[in-house]
Amino acid sequence: MLAILFATIVLHLTDLIILFVSTCTNAWRTHGVRSYDLWYDCTQSNGGYHCRGTSDADWLQAVQALMVLATIFSLISFIIFLCQLFTLVKGGRFFFTAVFQVLASLFVMSGAIIYTVMSPEWKNESDGYGYAFVLAWLAFPLTLISGFIYIVLRKKE
Amino acid sequence: MLSVLALTSVVLLGIASQITAIVVYTSWERHALVGSDVRLSCSFFSWQWTSPDVTFSWHYRPDGAKEGIAIFHYVGGAAYVDNKGPFRDRLEFVGNPSRRDGSILIKNLDFSDNGTFTCDAKNPPDIAGRPSSVRLLVFEKVPVQAGVITGAIIGVVLGLLILIVAIYYLMRFLVARRVFSLSMSKHGKKGKGKEGSQQKQAGPLK
Repeated sequence: MLAILFATIVLHLTDLIILFVSTCTNAWRTHGVRSYDLWYDCTQSNGGYHCRGTSDADWLQAVQALMVLATIFSLISFIIFLCQLFTLVKGGRFFFTAVFQVLASLFVMSGAIIYTVMSPEWKNESDGYGYAFVLAWLAFPLTLISGFIYIVLRKKE
Repeated sequence: MLSVLALTSVVLLGIASQITAIVVYTSWERHALVGSDVRLSCSFFSWQWTSPDVTFSWHYRPDGAKEGIAIFHYVGGAAYVDNKGPFRDRLEFVGNPSRRDGSILIKNLDFSDNGTFTCDAKNPPDIAGRPSSVRLLVFEKVPVQAGVITGAIIGVVLGLLILIVAIYYLMRFLVARRVFSLSMSKHGKKGKGKEGSQQKQAGPLK
């Protein structure tokens, strides 16, 4: 049982780290030494970074909001999990934790989908996708699985 | 004593007007739609009284160009607008120099009007100062500022979350109160019943 608890916590923390990295780093798309989205458009030159803001497009702001919300909800879910670990009745399910984690997974899914659909229109199609984009898509199934585990998990007698 | 104070303040004011230069104020950036009119405001701060020889001059540098051209000059009570350059017949002086306002109105904007407008005001003898620039951005459609939609979505979702949690706890509190009042009336009936049976038992004993 302790092993399952440990594995669940590790999975949730991994989700949190992936969400934070994907939201905060500006590497959703790259083009040589230039990486951009979600927040800044940075070019590495002469040993330093020169950054300017990304476009003010409506869909990009929606993706920013959804990624931030997914991170916040996953964080809230983790805190609620730690609370419920001590306050839940024996045999009870971690319902609240699961709700927030599944909501976080839905938000990150929406954000990733909006970005995937709208992005090639805005920038050159030859630009590659950065690691932050990959992490965002990876975060979606991981958070969903984590949410389902919380639905199934019961507090042991 | 009072005369010393008055003398000191006059001297200080005199010194201040020597060391502080004229300060020109304009907006930082103006956004406007194609075909609309935009009013570029320019004002100044000076320790001297507004002189009748006050001058305003506007200078325009297009985006990407190295040099600019002068487009407006006000001197000696008369305004001279550009009648040869890109703003001919589109520029109008709408300021009030006696009120330190040197604003101009540009009509029927086009995309080629994107650039930096510099206002330079001089109020003799206060002439040492730095001109101030305003950037004009002409749009087909005014874009939403960065972060407005982001903030709105995050705010609405978190607000809904707090609202749902508050309603949940309110419901629990109300239901708990109703349950509480129900059990109170039950205890009351039971207590009266016990007292009644005790009295009946005590009666025959006496």
